[in-house]
Amino acid sequence: MPIEKFSTIISTCVPMPIENVDTDQIIPARFLKATSREGFGDNLFRDWRYDKNDQPKADFVLNNKTWTGTVLVAGKNFGSGSSREHAAWALYDYGFRVVVSSFFADIFKNNALNNGLLPVQVSDGFLSDLFKEVKADPALKVKVDLENQTITLMSSGKSENFDINPYKKTCMLKGYDDIDYLLSIKDNILHFEKNKMC
Amino acid sequence: MAGKTLFDKVWDSHVVEKIDKGPNVLYIDRHLIHEVTSPVAFTGLERRGLKVLRPQQTVATADHNVPTTDQHLPIRDMLSRSQVDKLTENCKKHDITLYGLNHPYQGIVHVIGPELGLTQPGMTIVCGDSHTATHGAFGSVAFGIGTSEIEMVLASQCIMQPKPKKMRIIVDGNLKKGVTAKDIILYIISRISASGGTGYFIEYAGSAIRNLSMEGRMTVCNMSIECGARGGLIAPDEVTYNYLKGREFAPKDEDWDKAVEYWKSLNTDADTAFDLELRYDAADIEPMITFGTNPGMGMKIVDNIPDGSSLAENEKPSFFKSLQYMDIQPGTPMLGRKVDYVFVGSCTNGRIEDLRAFAGFVRGKKKAEDIVAWIVPGSKQVEKQAREEGLVAILEEAGFALRQPGCSACLAMNDDKVPEGKYAVSTSNRNFEGRQGPGSRTFLVSPLTAAAAALTGKITDPRDFL
Ligand code: SF4
Repeated sequence: MPIEKFSTIISTCVPMPIENVDTDQIIPARFLKATSREGFGDNLFRDWRYDKNDQPKADFVLNNKTWTGTVLVAGKNFGSGSSREHAAWALYDYGFRVVVSSFFADIFKNNALNNGLLPVQVSDGFLSDLFKEVKADPALKVKVDLENQTITLMSSGKSENFDINPYKKTCMLKGYDDIDYLLSIKDNILHFEKNKMC
Repeated sequence: MAGKTLFDKVWDSHVVEKIDKGPNVLYIDRHLIHEVTSPVAFTGLERRGLKVLRPQQTVATADHNVPTTDQHLPIRDMLSRSQVDKLTENCKKHDITLYGLNHPYQGIVHVIGPELGLTQPGMTIVCGDSHTATHGAFGSVAFGIGTSEIEMVLASQCIMQPKPKKMRIIVDGNLKKGVTAKDIILYIISRISASGGTGYFIEYAGSAIRNLSMEGRMTVCNMSIECGARGGLIAPDEVTYNYLKGREFAPKDEDWDKAVEYWKSLNTDADTAFDLELRYDAADIEPMITFGTNPGMGMKIVDNIPDGSSLAENEKPSFFKSLQYMDIQPGTPMLGRKVDYVFVGSCTNGRIEDLRAFAGFVRGKKKAEDIVAWIVPGSKQVEKQAREEGLVAILEEAGFALRQPGCSACLAMNDDKVPEGKYAVSTSNRNFEGRQGPGSRTFLVSPLTAAAAALTGKITDPRDFL
């Protein structure tokens, strides 16, 4: 399925200063049965969000209306554990478009990029500043500019560059998955066919 | 390291584009599809409103799920029938050539590709089946792909793939009597384990490989995936050209000469380094058999089953669990163990030469009474040829019947299932738990060893009859 184009995002943040958030927490295994990508957002962080009686836990950040937005800010080593792509689907389906952390698990990072969710890796210093400022002012906005690979705190103007694989960047900017990418280079493919020797 | 390997030559000449820190965009010459892994890809394609870019480069057949008797009747199994119908519908809609049931060219994808001359040296070939490496026997780069990649090929005739590492396995010397291509590959996998080839593409070389027929080379390449490798290939030579010449889709006339000239350049340059190189002596190889539940658990048929004492502590649990599933005791002999089923077929050993070997072996003898034998030709053409050569008559005389072509008990999606707890001696490629039917127990062997078991009802060294 083609993914949504990623244009520059300016949004408030949801802070989750927890390290090593693994994919089992993001979406517990018992919710993996569905066969399409949609609908996983309801069970995002299920066991942190709801108690045994399916009542929202007041102390969990997603249940606190003070912090909203499409940018999730999380502690170091986000997305470790199982390779389930459902983790990225769940975050996306819930409404997140960016996850900011100081380190991402490899497979999660790829899964996220393949599904239109941008992982933004920042320095430890930037991350702790971001946590502090968002805590102090829930209305603080960040600007995530994929074209220029920068993340900026709109209040102070403090900014940092982030890395992304150039191919994946193009895919995100254009809203492409691998098939869309292949279609976008169709002229090259046709040219290649013409010049092939056998 | 100035030179290039055979694999480099074929791969590099198909790279449309190299993505920075990403995969290569690889152009695909031939795409083979079948009823089981293609339907979701077509659905995806249609959802995007796309057409198949090069329908003439995709060829379809029905093989994985089809019955091997009464193929002229409507398929009884509903899942099988709907998959075959869906394939027919998709091929019609997208102008793809289909060799469906009852077509004279129908058969297992990896059997019909070569026999129709669709498989040629220097090509890139993919199929939604992990034994696509079979086609590597011709010096092509061939490997199995997933459903989303099938969709990519249909849409763009390309896939995105990181380039694998390179391994060369050299087998030199003469094979002993009663030792076949299947024994070579079972031997190799038993030496490097079921994961020893992970991340690699293997080139098979050496005089023992050169001396194999095309069919034998296909058997070797076919099982590359069983040691974890992406694929395997062998440089083309006179044996390859002779096999291809005159085949339906092989180049003709001047095109043939031009093709052969190009094919002659397809070999590994002398000054080339591989990421890994292994050497074996053909004289060390004997008739092989697997005793466990992955193809790496193989041994010489005359040996005793390993007792596990040489294994690392962390390997022991899965080793003993496997023997428990097979219900066999460590340290005991394989020879003489009772067998219930014999399966001769699959893309590993379902070609005419395999049927010839089996028929030649059982000629003038009688099938063991309590053995159920499924002899399944790899294709309609193999079936026809077996009839014309008189093999069917020989088989029937010895108490065997030839079924109709398909994957059959290789993956047991159709009715050819080995019942729970029963032992099957099989010429196919996988001995996983339940592969040949829920609870089934599989010993992988060559067609000769299968024939010996079919005559005695027990695991038997085929050399006893030679
Ligand atoms: S015979 Fe077995 S391995 Fe070969 S194509 Fe069929 S299912 Fe796959």
